[in-house]
Amino acid sequence: MVNRHVSGAHYGLRDWLAQRITAVVMILYTVLFVVMLLKMPQFDYAGWRSVWMAPLMRYATLLFLLCLFVHAWVGMRNIFMDYIKPTGLRVALYAAVILALVAYGAWAVQILWGR
Amino acid sequence: MRFQIYRYNPDVDTKPRMQFYDIALEPTDRMLLDALVRIKMEDDTFSFRRSCREGVCGSDAMNINGKNGLACITKLADLEAQGPVVQIRPLPGLPVIRDLIVDMSQFFKQYHSIKPYVVNDTPPPETERLQSPEDREELNGLYECILCACCSTSCPSFWWNPDKFVGPAGLLQAYRFIADTRDETVNARLDNLEDPYRLFRCHSIMNCVDVCPKNLNPTKAIGKIKDLLIKRTV
Amino acid sequence: MGNIARRQFDAVVVGAGGSGLRAALQLAEANLKVAVLSKVFPTRSHTVAAQGGVSASLGNEEPDNWHWHMYDTVKGSDYLGDQDAIEFMCRKACDAVVELEHYGMPFDRLDNGKIYQRPFGGHTSNYGERAIKRACAAADRTGHAMLHTLYQRNVRAHTQFFVEWMALDLIRNQAGDVLGVVALEMETGEVMILQAKATLLATGGAGRIYSASTNAFINTGDGLGMAARAGIPLEDMEFWQFHPTGVAGAGVLITEGVRGEGGFLLNKNGERFMERYAPTVKDLASRDVVARAMATEIKEGRGAGKDGEYILLKLDHLGGDVIDKRLPGIREIAKKFANVDPATDPIPVVPTCHYQMGGVPTNVAGQAVMPDGKGGEKIIKGLYAAGECACVSVHGANRLGTNSLLDLLVFGKSAGEQVVKDISADVKSLPDLPADAADKTMARLARLDSATSGERVNDVGAEMRRTMQAHCGVFRFPDSMAEGVKKMLAVAERAKSTFITDKSKVFNTARVEALELDNLIEVALSTMISANARQESRGAHDRSDFPNRDDVNWMKHTLWYKEGNRLEYKPVQLKPMTVESFEPKPRVY
Repeated sequence: MVNRHVSGAHYGLRDWLAQRITAVVMILYTVLFVVMLLKMPQFDYAGWRSVWMAPLMRYATLLFLLCLFVHAWVGMRNIFMDYIKPTGLRVALYAAVILALVAYGAWAVQILWGR
Repeated sequence: MRFQIYRYNPDVDTKPRMQFYDIALEPTDRMLLDALVRIKMEDDTFSFRRSCREGVCGSDAMNINGKNGLACITKLADLEAQGPVVQIRPLPGLPVIRDLIVDMSQFFKQYHSIKPYVVNDTPPPETERLQSPEDREELNGLYECILCACCSTSCPSFWWNPDKFVGPAGLLQAYRFIADTRDETVNARLDNLEDPYRLFRCHSIMNCVDVCPKNLNPTKAIGKIKDLLIKRTV
Repeated sequence: MGNIARRQFDAVVVGAGGSGLRAALQLAEANLKVAVLSKVFPTRSHTVAAQGGVSASLGNEEPDNWHWHMYDTVKGSDYLGDQDAIEFMCRKACDAVVELEHYGMPFDRLDNGKIYQRPFGGHTSNYGERAIKRACAAADRTGHAMLHTLYQRNVRAHTQFFVEWMALDLIRNQAGDVLGVVALEMETGEVMILQAKATLLATGGAGRIYSASTNAFINTGDGLGMAARAGIPLEDMEFWQFHPTGVAGAGVLITEGVRGEGGFLLNKNGERFMERYAPTVKDLASRDVVARAMATEIKEGRGAGKDGEYILLKLDHLGGDVIDKRLPGIREIAKKFANVDPATDPIPVVPTCHYQMGGVPTNVAGQAVMPDGKGGEKIIKGLYAAGECACVSVHGANRLGTNSLLDLLVFGKSAGEQVVKDISADVKSLPDLPADAADKTMARLARLDSATSGERVNDVGAEMRRTMQAHCGVFRFPDSMAEGVKKMLAVAERAKSTFITDKSKVFNTARVEALELDNLIEVALSTMISANARQESRGAHDRSDFPNRDDVNWMKHTLWYKEGNRLEYKPVQLKPMTVESFEPKPRVY
């Protein structure tokens, strides 16, 4: 008869802000990436490799990816909040996204600092 | 002029249907509402809400050729230019009671949830509480809302979460009271909104701004609420 | 009445416009069990369309006091207003407006932070010397701001609303006491008896009896129809205000605030003709004077437009900035409904039916009263009325602009206070309902449900509107009025055999319109008959055969009874509560 619902989780601002800040970081990285590509001495494998040997580029890329993951997390959660009504399913999807993003993070480190 | 109108009467119909009406208009018929009234003269089973017929009461909000608006201030000449048939449907996203009449309880529930009244428990002075013209100006673009629901029912976030998301109309009014220098409860108001569902379902797609018949800007008001939340957090 | 659902309340308020909401607030804050019925969601009530302001002698802009306001109102009423009620209202005006400000009403402000005030028609300083700034305004949306503020305050007070319920009839017992209403829930089509110790009518006006009207579709005089059918007389129904500035052709209101801010009227020769009719305050004379002047200009061939059918309202000289700041809604309306931008071109306007000065007779406490048959007056127990549907009478033969919003604040509150007082004094349980409480109502509904042929509701309505417009307009002629009475009696007969094809229950708006027509017919009949009988010209009632005011024979209120279309009269209260009377004088502006 009565359709009660609970709300008032008192969060959301931090995520909303994080999404904007990470977006700015990603834009800056994109600029850096293009500049680095243009500065490549020659356009071949050696040149490509030299770009990625520079520590600046490795850390910048890691930062970019972390931002991407945070951004993606907030975005994916928003999509689930909009469209997924059953709470259990939504939590499961949240968990899946978090696990995937953590795994991607580890994978990214492996790629960047691998041989 | 040709109209195709959403019809549904739960007493008679098992499901909604679209009905065509061809209406001979008089020169005095300028607005869509005039045409709807004329249709009702021919077919009295056709139901819709209307009252002031000048765009201030907010009764006759409906979906006109796919866009929400008020029938009483939508010019027939403009509709004629849009195509040979004018399609009229009830506001999207709310339960249909009959024909163009929707159940607006959810919409008003959200409006009520933001405590739409000035709260000031300081004993009032003998005369008016003073407010500078500049402070009063802050309320412009907010207090004019007529609660027609054009905005909220054009907002996908409100379609998906009408029970949890306050919606553009409610948030515009929330900011109307936040912005009023006479209100003493701005913090409680911000607490009430700081929630991933109540406020942050707004993804700034600005459908609300596009359809508002009073040319108000809920997205801007929502932005100002977020500004205040940031201000008090950082 | 066997199977009709029944609910019991301390009080039932019919109507949720300004006066209904103001009264309801009083009741809810006193913790009474109240039902507020409204045909539309409260903020859709017609108070929302008021534009220019609410009067109060705050003196924020220039010295002012309630005595001057009272004088203006008495003079505006053409000495038909009851001076005790007028004093009551004008004295309470400042408190009423300040209280509304405390509720959160977004009034415009002066640099010192006080409420902004603008000049308005008929409001003067020092007993008619010159126009004064007395209208407290929220741009040109004062009614909208007020109605929303009152609704919001009611939300805070947890008032119980019955939204989209239409009251159909009053329930009266043998003794004549009012015991509640029979009402229709529009969404379900169900009928219910709402029994209450107090029934407060706040149903607003019935401007829809005319073809050209500033009024909303919902302004169908439901409270007046209910009262008339219950044997209660209607007072001063011949007095209808024609607002000088309705958009030509569309009827939409253009506030007098336009002229308050410095706009003025022009005829086709570009002449500012009001200088001839009201040399002192010109375009800010009271509404009956301005409307008549405009109608005269049009009649004598000085109207603008292809057929000389309208007058021009010029305000471009105010400049775009002032218009956007003080009159933004007017600019919107003019662009939409007249296809002109008032910042560059004048708006075509004509006098348009706007406000009903008459109504259910009440005292200043909002209690409905009627003659007791012994030369005096008696209070109708259980019935109250406030706002446009009531006749206190503060507006007499012509209302001043901004006094309607004041009326509903002051008398909404005082009626609410009286209900609280009466209910706390009356500890007895609700009296028994008469056995036939809902019979007449059910018979009316049953007839509509079963009739498969007859008169179409809209045809009868259109004939009524045409008749009223043609025979009972700004200027009234004896032959034409007599013919109007005949025609209206015929229309009323036709209205008894209306039919609708929609027989369904859920949100049957055809049924609602048929029931509204019953109420409109009562109002139109009372107007036509009262007007035909009044042999003088006073305020909004202007007769060609009796061009002057006749204080000897006609300084009295009309009372119309539905039964036999009988008329009675009662004296005007010339004695104020505490001050000296304002003696009738020729009215010059």
